[in-house]
Amino acid sequence: MADTKSDYFVPHGSPWPIVASVSMFVMALGGALWLNGSDAGRTVLLLGLAGLTFMMFGWLGTVIRENIAGLYSGWVDRSFRQGMAWFIFSEVMFFFGFFGALFYARVLAVPWLGGDGIGEATNSLLWSGFESEWPTNGPGEIGGDAEGGFQTIGWSGLPLLNTALLLTSSVTITIAHHALKNNNRRLLNIGTLLTIVLGAVFLYVQAFEYVHAYQDLDLRLSTGIYGSTFFMLTGFHGAHVTLGVIMLVVTYIRILRGHFTPNEHFGFQAVSWYWHFVDVVWVCLFIFVYVL
Amino acid sequence: MSDTTHEEHHDGPHASGMWRWLTTTNHKDIGTLYLVFSLIMFLVGGTMALIIRTELFQPGLQLVDPHFFNQMTTMHALVMIFGALMPAFVGLANWQIPLMVGAPDMALPRMNNWSFWILPPAFLLLLGTLFMPGGAPAGGWTLYPPLILQTGDAFPFVVFSLHMLGASSILGAINIIVTITNMRAPGMGFMKMPLFVWTWLITAYLLIGAMPVLAGAITMLLTDRYFDTSFFLAAGGGDPVMFQHIFWFFGHPEVYILILPAFGIISQVIPTFSRKPLFGYVSMVIATSAIAFLSYVVWAHHMFTVGMPAAGMLFFMITTMFIAVPTGVKIFNWLATMWRGSISFETPMLFAVAFVILFTIGGFSGLMLALVPADIEYHDTYFVVAHFHYVLVPGAIFGVIAGVYYWLPKWTGHMYNETLGKWHFWLSTIFVNILFFPQHFLGLASMPRRIPDYSVQFTEFNMISTVGAFGFGLSQLLFVWMLVKCVKGGEKASTEVWDDPEGLEWTVPSPAPYHTFETAPKV
Repeated sequence: MADTKSDYFVPHGSPWPIVASVSMFVMALGGALWLNGSDAGRTVLLLGLAGLTFMMFGWLGTVIRENIAGLYSGWVDRSFRQGMAWFIFSEVMFFFGFFGALFYARVLAVPWLGGDGIGEATNSLLWSGFESEWPTNGPGEIGGDAEGGFQTIGWSGLPLLNTALLLTSSVTITIAHHALKNNNRRLLNIGTLLTIVLGAVFLYVQAFEYVHAYQDLDLRLSTGIYGSTFFMLTGFHGAHVTLGVIMLVVTYIRILRGHFTPNEHFGFQAVSWYWHFVDVVWVCLFIFVYVL
Repeated sequence: MSDTTHEEHHDGPHASGMWRWLTTTNHKDIGTLYLVFSLIMFLVGGTMALIIRTELFQPGLQLVDPHFFNQMTTMHALVMIFGALMPAFVGLANWQIPLMVGAPDMALPRMNNWSFWILPPAFLLLLGTLFMPGGAPAGGWTLYPPLILQTGDAFPFVVFSLHMLGASSILGAINIIVTITNMRAPGMGFMKMPLFVWTWLITAYLLIGAMPVLAGAITMLLTDRYFDTSFFLAAGGGDPVMFQHIFWFFGHPEVYILILPAFGIISQVIPTFSRKPLFGYVSMVIATSAIAFLSYVVWAHHMFTVGMPAAGMLFFMITTMFIAVPTGVKIFNWLATMWRGSISFETPMLFAVAFVILFTIGGFSGLMLALVPADIEYHDTYFVVAHFHYVLVPGAIFGVIAGVYYWLPKWTGHMYNETLGKWHFWLSTIFVNILFFPQHFLGLASMPRRIPDYSVQFTEFNMISTVGAFGFGLSQLLFVWMLVKCVKGGEKASTEVWDDPEGLEWTVPSPAPYHTFETAPKV
């Protein structure tokens, strides 16, 4: 077996992590200044973002060069795989927090405000007349139109289309993965490109839906607990899809340059895992945010 | 300078001066960085604690205004948890785990550097808030809304700083897990791993599970304040109590993140100085896993007074009391390891024995707090303060100190000064009890926590506690002095250092060479 100690690649020093840390600091500083109403905030934020982008090119470029130079054994590859898997687990837990907020609001907080169980006194003393319902923007009717009303997006229209788009894209990336394993570069090429297109269309539809919600339905981030959970969940998911599409584009460029072999293609696999992850999150969103 | 990608092995660091420390990918360098950073933060957080204790020496307002006092309690906690304790454990993990499992380095060396270097800028943001209009956050480290939303300009800085600290922890935890699962020397099966490695594996899993939830919770705080969401606003259908649920879903695993690695250290130290193998290795592994599992289903015991359905309180009371079972298994295993051992009391062993006794006191007061009817009386009193300081100071911090004394000769190549070590131990142990034991009585007499002033009947115990605080704080200067002396020189340490200790780290020379186990050791 090739997996012996001597072939574990340990890099000797790298400038990229410190570039990453400094960029993160600049971004956080810019973000905080911006939220505090400072004019310089946005500029500083963008500067940090630029630094982070520069770091990504530098760091990942180094890794790709080392990979092509054959420095990575199967053993190193396994570290990358396990690392990616745990990273995705951390992302799952991040979404779990927001889903937790949704469940807590629907199952406990709103019914209590409506007088259920321990909320009897709360309801009669503070929010008398409020009846528990979902969707809701709360007893104070926060956000919404002039009368506090708002409409929601039904599941059977665009969200269903988006579900179909993402599920199909999961299939296309799997086809591409199998093609890569069988060294069918043409199919790999097509499968990856199709996945990118499906992802991009998904994002377009999502953006269209947001504009519709803001302009026609009076459904905004500020529309009570429904608007909060709806936009934060779908928004963070959309951000992850955007990141996934960027990763897929980079992967596609690498495919065009002849990277990845049937046996060694961690970069491709990591992106494909990530894509399946955003897909699964969407299915949960579709069920718990739109349908139920 | 670009990455050095060539394959030949250097004997020493790849660069010199500051650049070496900024760009290093060596687990020993990074471990040292973590430990030095942690020591600095320990002194910063300790100074804040002394400001708190000075104010509380007498009733009435003496030294600081109440708002600043609240900033101190909040910042003391954040600095000690995220700046002192967690980096100390990660530093120990960096130094020791590759040595203990026979790996050439951590699995992802560049990311290892990154997870350390996120910390200093994050703390620059956090500590910088002390000098901002409105001051640092003053609503307690638990950041409960709506109070915390009244923080001044500091608010987004705190949130982003915590995001960064969370990212650092997650990256560090991923690295540790992958190192343990993928980098063990041939023959080092899971059930042969030293317990420090086992406890860190489980801790890392807790970190990856819990830290992202904290990130979500503080993101909701941020959007509630700046983008008009209603997560914690009842008028919009949200609930401020919901924050407490999400926060403590992170917060309780976090408590075990702060203690499990210390359990691991104690499980290394006690067998060495008892000259016996650890009693009940398998039960130790199972107990640690059980504690980790239970830590996810006990969170609401921090919130028994917020108004929960009785069934909920009953559930969280029972699960909390279950934790006493695996913890008890550990305590008895340590005692059984010492039983009929040929014990010698060098400084690491002294700290370990004190850990077993004093942590148990903290554990028992925890059991008292787990009882719903009793907790309603104890809640938010100094009894709670006494409880968690017993598990965190003579618990977690004594664990770190025991580990540092135990492995220091391996790191520096010199024996530390045993006389200084013993003085450090006795002064710390005596003063930590003078500091925290009276707080139990204060709490049982209903002195509230996080208050700069108090009724006169609490005066004597507060005075005693403050004397203990200064004694304990000043004793730590002995520790710093001992460390400096040991790094600079001292009696040469042998390869084994101690009397026939178990573990791969005692097979490499002292100080451990810059690169170890480039060829796998046989286990």
